[in-house]
Amino acid sequence: MNNKMPPEARRAQAQLTALRILVYLILIFLSILCLFSFYMLVINASRSNGQLQAGFTLVPGGHFLDNLRNAWTDSSINIPRGMLNSFFVAACTAILTTYFSALTAYGIHAYDFKLKKLAFSFIMAIMVIPTQVSAAGFIQLCYRYGLTNKYWPLVLPGIAAPIVFFYIKQYMESNLPMEIVDAARVDGCGEFRTFNTIILPMLKPALSVQLIFSFVQSWNNYFLPALLLTDANKKTVPIMIAQLRSADYSKFDMGKVYMFILLAILPVVVVYIILSKSIIKGVTAGSVKG
Amino acid sequence: MNERKLRRNQNGVRYAKWGYLFILPFFLAYFIFTFVPQVLTIYNSFFENYREGLKQVGPNFVGFRNYVALFTPDKTGTINILKYAGNTLALWVMGAIPQLVIAMLLAIFFTSYRLHIRGQQFFKTVIYMPNLIMASAFSMLFFTLFSNVGPVNQLLQAWGLSDVPIDFFAYKGTVRGLICLMNFLMWFGNTTILLMAGIMGIDQDLFEAANLDGASSLQVFFKITLPLLMPILIYTIITAMIGGLQMFDVPQVLTNGKGMPDRTSMTLVMYLNNYLGGSKNYGMSGAISVIIFIITGLLSMIVYRSLTKKD
Repeated sequence: MNNKMPPEARRAQAQLTALRILVYLILIFLSILCLFSFYMLVINASRSNGQLQAGFTLVPGGHFLDNLRNAWTDSSINIPRGMLNSFFVAACTAILTTYFSALTAYGIHAYDFKLKKLAFSFIMAIMVIPTQVSAAGFIQLCYRYGLTNKYWPLVLPGIAAPIVFFYIKQYMESNLPMEIVDAARVDGCGEFRTFNTIILPMLKPALSVQLIFSFVQSWNNYFLPALLLTDANKKTVPIMIAQLRSADYSKFDMGKVYMFILLAILPVVVVYIILSKSIIKGVTAGSVKG
Repeated sequence: MNERKLRRNQNGVRYAKWGYLFILPFFLAYFIFTFVPQVLTIYNSFFENYREGLKQVGPNFVGFRNYVALFTPDKTGTINILKYAGNTLALWVMGAIPQLVIAMLLAIFFTSYRLHIRGQQFFKTVIYMPNLIMASAFSMLFFTLFSNVGPVNQLLQAWGLSDVPIDFFAYKGTVRGLICLMNFLMWFGNTTILLMAGIMGIDQDLFEAANLDGASSLQVFFKITLPLLMPILIYTIITAMIGGLQMFDVPQVLTNGKGMPDRTSMTLVMYLNNYLGGSKNYGMSGAISVIIFIITGLLSMIVYRSLTKKD
């Protein structure tokens, strides 16, 4: 059948095949680039300090559990405590951010009021302002009122999250037409209860994606926590990782250092591997609708 | 329709109060945790207010003296804030341009009906993953991998490419290169997915019509894909720029806050962080914040204007 194709068509076919091979090569190269450092991380986390000094290898060293035990029970960097602290902060932030963003989005989506347009434009305008530009004042207030080494100054600001709001608002526009809202308003059932018991469950796909994103963002957050959490028992994981960097590096058991890094990123990686499909879908759904 | 409108109007007054009530927490939280600190930051930038050891200096009103100090050359004749702004810009451009080009290419590959790339879900999963990784841990990982005794140097020596370990953290080029590589890895997957969604949102009939008219792939890209992708491209560029302006975790951890060598990888937010850290210098950090704030505003305006003008 191929032979019967006219020569131009055959040439085009060959070109396409060549192009396709090139594209796969590029994709494979980029994938290796993305995965290589993490592969080295896992390998090196399984090697003893001696093995690590001895040279480079791509095979595991068999000391994974030793390193895990050493890292887990380290006296200067209390990683289990840090992970617990990070988990608490990230979980609280994720729940507050998602719930209140949905509440705000619903308030603007489902009701007509005089300042509605203004409120919406305002939220869109503050979306681009980086958090760092108000950090100086925020830190000053926290120090003045003795709020350092407390978690709620890190958690409560999550109630006002313009990007999450925008995502959920977009989701409502395509998945929650006013007819449904009207029908959901059961007679005698208060507006607030309607939102909590009927509307929220309908937003489940959007909410779960935003829960994950805000959890990850908070888990990885370094700038503000590093300035506010000075008590060793209150520190979160990113602060501990940065501490590793500033410690006298040469004295460290390197296997343990790799294990610390692995522990810091592991929870997010595990969640990502399980839920990658819906997470990737969630990247776009909110932002694109130009 | 009319009936619904009528009902809405009748109930409008009753329902309006719920609208206000539902958006109240957002605005309250914004006011307390962002707006007040923001005003305080600006206010502070006109005061001398810092700690020196155990001694607290100020607050004393000094007018624009903090701003003047920021733009006064130091002993070596460099104006630090301009140097750090330059670093931030260089690091951003070197990371963002390859990122946009590669992401655009990948987005076209993935959405091309003719190419029909298989395993898309796998590739997307892999290239997006670094975006979710803790930046400080990723940076620490790169520090260990590229350290004098790290695997990269071991590999270079084993292959005979270098007799002595290369000190990647002693040269401006390698430090900046590593920062850009990390930023590239962390963001190109995200950008690819955004641009893909944008391309898939374009009416497929347009591509078909262009094909029937015998348009080349390049023509299709420049005449159809690119113009119609503009809104998403603007969004992507603005967010990437604001993200770049905030660049902190990666260079901070990689260089242990020093921006070595010779502060050539010190970014604006690292500079801000230095004043906020030990000395709690609210005057100077306030002034830097105001400058970052102004740059953010200007940048988003310029890009938005220049990209929307063409139509």
